[in-house]
Amino acid sequence: MNILTLWFHKLGSPPTFYRIAGWLMPWCYGLALVTGVAGLYGGLVQAPADYQQGDAYRIIFIHVPSAWMGLFGYFFMAANAFVALVWRIKLSEVLAMASAPAGASFTFITLVTGSLWGKPMWGTWWTWDARLTSELVLLFLYLGVIGLYHAIEDRRQAARAAGFLALVGVVNVPIVHFSVNWWNTLHQGSTVRLFGPSSIVPSMLWPLLLMAIATHLWFFGTVLARTRTGLLEVDGGKDWVRRIVLADDAGPSAPAASERSHV
Amino acid sequence: MTPTRKRRLIVVSLVLVAVAIAAGLTALALQQNMTYLYSPSEVDAGHAPEGARFRLGGVVLEDSIARSTDSLKVDFVVTDRFHQMPVEYTGILPDLFREGQSIVATGAMQGDRFVATEVLAKHDETYMPKEVADAIDKAKDAHRVPGDTGG
Repeated sequence: MNILTLWFHKLGSPPTFYRIAGWLMPWCYGLALVTGVAGLYGGLVQAPADYQQGDAYRIIFIHVPSAWMGLFGYFFMAANAFVALVWRIKLSEVLAMASAPAGASFTFITLVTGSLWGKPMWGTWWTWDARLTSELVLLFLYLGVIGLYHAIEDRRQAARAAGFLALVGVVNVPIVHFSVNWWNTLHQGSTVRLFGPSSIVPSMLWPLLLMAIATHLWFFGTVLARTRTGLLEVDGGKDWVRRIVLADDAGPSAPAASERSHV
Repeated sequence: MTPTRKRRLIVVSLVLVAVAIAAGLTALALQQNMTYLYSPSEVDAGHAPEGARFRLGGVVLEDSIARSTDSLKVDFVVTDRFHQMPVEYTGILPDLFREGQSIVATGAMQGDRFVATEVLAKHDETYMPKEVADAIDKAKDAHRVPGDTGG
């Protein structure tokens, strides 16, 4: 076994990941706060008003990064679900299920902010065009994964069933992204492009990118936090969990955690 | 890779491919049905459903907006720069509604007029401050390209 696969195996073991995640988590949250504050200041105070929409366009500094995270979160969840289904890696199951609530929240924020912006700009809260409808389907997929995961008693079986749903739903991700190109929608096309020029001036672009970094970091922060508790739950009866629980058994949650391990 | 894992990998990949094909076919089938709007030219050519409600899309013609003084009634003309369609609407218009703006109006034909029950403004994906937009307009005027209507 070469060094890389050895390292990979080590990272995949719950106690190691639990420790690394505990160390990474505050960094994710901290950097997310710093970049988020800088991005919001740049977007809400520094950036100039838009030539058509005035100040109302500033919703993009929340709306667009959230929309990206909704899609990225789903892709991350589906990729982990794929690994979990084929290789049955416990950590991937927990990671996939941990990213569902975070992605669902970002998708919800996207729909709400878009609706708030749509009323004054388009003249309606909601319209059934391809982009809006597929984004709503994305939220329902997230809710379906979360619901299925909590409907089954055994954590590992639940993760496998919900992971399968997550994997099937991944076809919706390109539909959301390309809906504005494939169909004649009320929603405008993509402003920021990975390939080719973006149709936004630099003074508006950099706060948007800072916000994108902030939301990514926040996403990983919450996923790491949820994965840590998820690992404790899945590995309830194992020695490494017992040791952690006994180390801070002064806390009120300690008896509950050890009780659950016997179920 | 163990045989079990190989089998799982094949099964999961096949499921993914099958779902992708199903989604692709659905999207293709919807392509014909999901016409969000008709342009004035299409309406003139008789493509729009007759006697039924549909969406009319186009640009608000310059100097065509006439507001009623005692009600919220607005008359304007929607054009795709080929054909024109007079539109009548009673209600509050969105902030982005102005001459030269793309709009989507929902309603039905009454005679040769389109009576709208809802007017939505369609926004493009360009974001820039007013000074930049003015500068671009100036530059466009300076290098006027024949046939460029600026819409």
